[in-house]
Amino acid sequence: MKLLKKLALGSAFAFAMLASQAYAADTVKIGLVVKSLGNGFFEAANKGAQEAAKELGGVEVIYTGPTSTTAEGQIEVINALIAQNVNAIAISANDPDAVIPALKKAMARGIKVISWDSAVAKDGRIMHLNPSSNELIGKMCLQLAADHLKDGKGDFAILSATTTSTNQNTWIEEMKKQLPNFPGLNLVTTVYGDDLSDKSYREAQGLLTSQPNVKVIVAPTTVGVLAASQAVADAKKIGDVYVTGLGLPSEMAGAIKSGATKEFAIWNPIDLGYSATQIAYRLVKGETDGAPGSEIAAGRMGKIKVGDNGEAAMADPFVYDAKNIDQFSKIF
Amino acid sequence: MIRQLFKFREMLLVIIIAILLAVFSTRSPGFATPGNLANIFNDTSILIILALGQMTVILTKSIDLSVAANVAFTGMAVGMLNAAHPELPLVLILIVALCIGAVLGAINGIFVWKLNIPSIVVTLGTLTIYRGMAFVLSGGAWVNAHQMTAPFLQTPRQLFLGLPILGWTAIVIVAVMYLVMSRTFLGRAIYASGGNPTAAVYAGIDVGRTRFFAFVISGTLAGLCGYLWVSRYAVAYVDIAAGFELDTVAACVIGGISTLGGIGSVAGAVLGALFLGVTKNALPVINISPFAQMAISGSVIIAAVIFNARQERRRGRIILRDRGASEQIEVAA
Repeated sequence: MKLLKKLALGSAFAFAMLASQAYAADTVKIGLVVKSLGNGFFEAANKGAQEAAKELGGVEVIYTGPTSTTAEGQIEVINALIAQNVNAIAISANDPDAVIPALKKAMARGIKVISWDSAVAKDGRIMHLNPSSNELIGKMCLQLAADHLKDGKGDFAILSATTTSTNQNTWIEEMKKQLPNFPGLNLVTTVYGDDLSDKSYREAQGLLTSQPNVKVIVAPTTVGVLAASQAVADAKKIGDVYVTGLGLPSEMAGAIKSGATKEFAIWNPIDLGYSATQIAYRLVKGETDGAPGSEIAAGRMGKIKVGDNGEAAMADPFVYDAKNIDQFSKIF
Repeated sequence: MIRQLFKFREMLLVIIIAILLAVFSTRSPGFATPGNLANIFNDTSILIILALGQMTVILTKSIDLSVAANVAFTGMAVGMLNAAHPELPLVLILIVALCIGAVLGAINGIFVWKLNIPSIVVTLGTLTIYRGMAFVLSGGAWVNAHQMTAPFLQTPRQLFLGLPILGWTAIVIVAVMYLVMSRTFLGRAIYASGGNPTAAVYAGIDVGRTRFFAFVISGTLAGLCGYLWVSRYAVAYVDIAAGFELDTVAACVIGGISTLGGIGSVAGAVLGALFLGVTKNALPVINISPFAQMAISGSVIIAAVIFNARQERRRGRIILRDRGASEQIEVAA
């Protein structure tokens, strides 16, 4: 009896081992590479990626990235993922060009590479998933600025991240391009806070003193919009100068409550991580080649169309204000 | 009399800062108003406090590269503590911040003292470890303004005689550090063990132990700054104060604190920090292209260092060298 029990247990164990091995061979491993770890936005994207993995089944998402926003750090991470034999890499790049050699090496080994959020130049990826289209984001930022100004007329300034940040510069360019559609709106200057809270705070403070006509500061980066809100609050200029831009609801809840910000926008990072994982999975399974013109099924996000340059847009940015902030600040 | 005054590097720095202020105010009127100067001082407070900690360590011929990571870890810890237990009084949170900082500093100190590892290696390691621990502690999540309590956020902003409490904190720390460095045994031991370790050993000073205490002071001040930083910018995340350790070293070097140890003063460190603070605050308001800003701040630092290096006192020759004592020093350094 005892022996039988042992045998049964043993064979069950062996079977489980075999099964898990077979499972491991079939598992699609997707490396989700972010700009830096410890950023609420990317943590939320990871949530979406895990959701997609669960939904698809047999998918393991490896959430990773450097601890600071450097291209060097990302290259190390990419090399590590290649060594782990992942099937796909989905990256939000710190530099559009510097990561290309590492990504090419990955592609040479059959790894499907896509970029999302912040793009890699065309050579280094199959396709790029924009959170929204750049035109829409630029327009949204201008719309937010106009909403904070009386009759939509007045001066505003942009507080960006680093001078080399790919997505920031694209959005700023789009804003400048569409500025004629917003008569009365006047862009005074663009300053750079490097995504550091102390530098962004100081830049915002500098704007308050050197540009007294600026009534709205638009910061398309979450560290910047927070620091600027705090600087406005500390300078006791709430109601006089407004801050808006792109930020996460959980981080911006305080600024909405203090009144430094009336509304701000962001696409849903959970959806973004979800879509990136879906696309990477379809590419690995060979359901699509991701070429311009193709349409990729992305679960609950519907079909995502790949446009020129292999770039695809997910959805419109979503506006958050005092009415819905409490609901969303609990989510991300 | 004036010639006598010029002999002090500190006096020269004061003059340079005054000239800078004058130049900046020609480009941006209102820059040198008392209100804005108070703002700049307030903005520089954290750097001043950290630079004083760094000075203590550098004086003993060591360096503490982990200060900014210490700020990040302590800041994250007290931020989370405040978010999780809003009922805790601020005094308790401050004590926790000081204790965490002191422990992190003591870890550096123990390695340098007991294991005789060069401080640059130890703190380069703990720099990554402490930031990594902040990440582990928070799981990458941010602590945001709406999760923190009003006393936690507002106390350093309260005005007292026209200056926020944050600025007053820096003034108190400067005074305390001045007394410690000039009036206590520890302060003199710190100068001695950096200036001439061999002689310090002969004078009965335990060089390793002195370095340990220097690291504890630096850590404690970094812990305090952890709280101040999080409350000032109303957010705690892993990357706060990234790269700030270099600013503290730069402040010390500009302030005339010799990286070889033993030379430097509290006033020098404070002025060095203020020098950086003035340039950092001026660059955004005087309409210089952001692309040129980094290059300008770098050049200014190098210029200050070149100037200081020329001023540096020639070091005396050691004419008596005891084998036992010098060996001990070699290992300790």
